[in-house]
Amino acid sequence: MSLDKPYTDVPGTTIFDADMSRMGYHLNQFCMSLMKAENRARFKANERAYLDEWPMTEEQKQAVLDRDLNRCISLGGNIYFLAKIGATDGKSFQQMAGSMTGMTEDQYREMMIKGGRSVEGNRYTGEKK
Amino acid sequence: MAKISASVFTSHVPAIGAALDLGKTGEDYWKPVFAGYDFAKQWEKEQKPDVVFLVFNDHATAFSLDMIPTFAIGTAAEYQPADEGWGPRPVPKVIGHPKLAAHIAQSVIQDDFDLTIVNKMDVDHGLTVPLSLIFGQVDAWPCPVIPFAVNVVQYPVPSGRRCFMLGKAIRKAIESYDEPLNVQIWGTGGMSHQLQGPRAGLINREWDNAFLDKLINDPEGLSKVPHIDYVREAGSEGIELVMWLIARGAMSDVNETKKGSAPTVRHRFYHVPASNTAVGHLILENN
Repeated sequence: MSLDKPYTDVPGTTIFDADMSRMGYHLNQFCMSLMKAENRARFKANERAYLDEWPMTEEQKQAVLDRDLNRCISLGGNIYFLAKIGATDGKSFQQMAGSMTGMTEDQYREMMIKGGRSVEGNRYTGEKK
Repeated sequence: MAKISASVFTSHVPAIGAALDLGKTGEDYWKPVFAGYDFAKQWEKEQKPDVVFLVFNDHATAFSLDMIPTFAIGTAAEYQPADEGWGPRPVPKVIGHPKLAAHIAQSVIQDDFDLTIVNKMDVDHGLTVPLSLIFGQVDAWPCPVIPFAVNVVQYPVPSGRRCFMLGKAIRKAIESYDEPLNVQIWGTGGMSHQLQGPRAGLINREWDNAFLDKLINDPEGLSKVPHIDYVREAGSEGIELVMWLIARGAMSDVNETKKGSAPTVRHRFYHVPASNTAVGHLILENN
C-alpha cells in the first residue's frame, strides 16, 4: 500500500519526508561536516576533492558545485543542512532562500519587507493566480 | 508542589539573534521587532520563574540525519550554544535542571509518550533566540532551562493533536514535582515562513492571526488542524507552529481532571518580516 502524501500538490515546495531523507542522507551529512572550521577550509581549498570523499551521486555533487539549491532539494537535500554550504560561502539565510525563487537578492528582500509572498494563487499547483 | 504559572510563545528566527549579537537592534528594520518584546522583559523581572521548560526544534545542529528523535528532553546540567556555521552566538551557556527534567521524563514516558533522553547536546538558535528575546542581553540567564526538542525538520513531524496531548502530560508531570517551583513553559518557532523552493518567502498574515486567536480561545479545535493546512497556508517551515500546542496543552484550562479558568492574555504581538519569517509572540498567564 502506498503512503499518504497529501503534500505533493503544493507549488514550489518539496516536503522533506522519509523518502527524500533516504535519497539525501549522504548529501545532508556532507553539509553537516561543514560545521567544523577545518572541514570548511578543506572544502574551500578543493571542492571537488572534498565532495569525492562522500558517497554522493554525481548529480548531487554537481548540484553542490553549481550552488543550485533547488536541484539539491530535488535530490534529497534539506534546507537546514544546505544552509551550512551557505554559511561556508558567507551567505545569509535570506540570500539562500531568495536564490531559489528566481528573484534577485534586492527583489526578494523588497518582497519580504512588503509583507512576503502572498498565499493567494500559491496553494495548489496549476491554480490560477 | 511545582506550578506552571504561564506559557510564552515566540518565533525563533536566527536573523533576530544575529541582529542582537551584531548590535543592529536600533536599525529601522529591526526596531519594531524588538519593541514587541519590551513588555516580556519587564514582565519576566516581576515573574521571576524558577525554571523554563523550553519547547524548540534543533535545525540540523545537535541532531544530524544519523539520529532523528521526535521528542527529546534535555536532562543535562548544562548546554553550550552551538556553532551553526557562523560561529557560536555570544550568549551565556544554558544551565539545565536535571532533577526536574528526569522527573518529567519518567512521568511523561509512563503516560505513553516515548521521549528520547539527552544528556549531552549543544543548543542552537531555536533555543537561544527566545532566551535573548524574553530575558534580554544578560551575562547569565536568570534561571535554569529544560530544553525540549521536537523534530519538525523531517516529515512526518508529530501531529498538532499529539503535541497538545503531550503538553497535558508535561503539566501533570511538573505539578507532581515535590518542590514549590514557579515553572514557565515556552513554545517557540513559526510563524508562517517557507525557506525553500520557488515558493520561498511565503507569509500568511491572516492565517497566523487566526492561529493566535484559536491558540488562545480554542486550542482543542486548533490541535485538530492537519499538517497539510500548515504547509499549504503557512509554508513548509510554518509547520514549526505545532510546537506551540505543547506549551498550550500544559495550561490549566485544558486540564480535564482539574479544569482551571481561561488564561489571561498578557501580551500579543505580530510583525512581518524578520528576514524570511513572520514573528509572533504571546504571553498567557494561568488562572
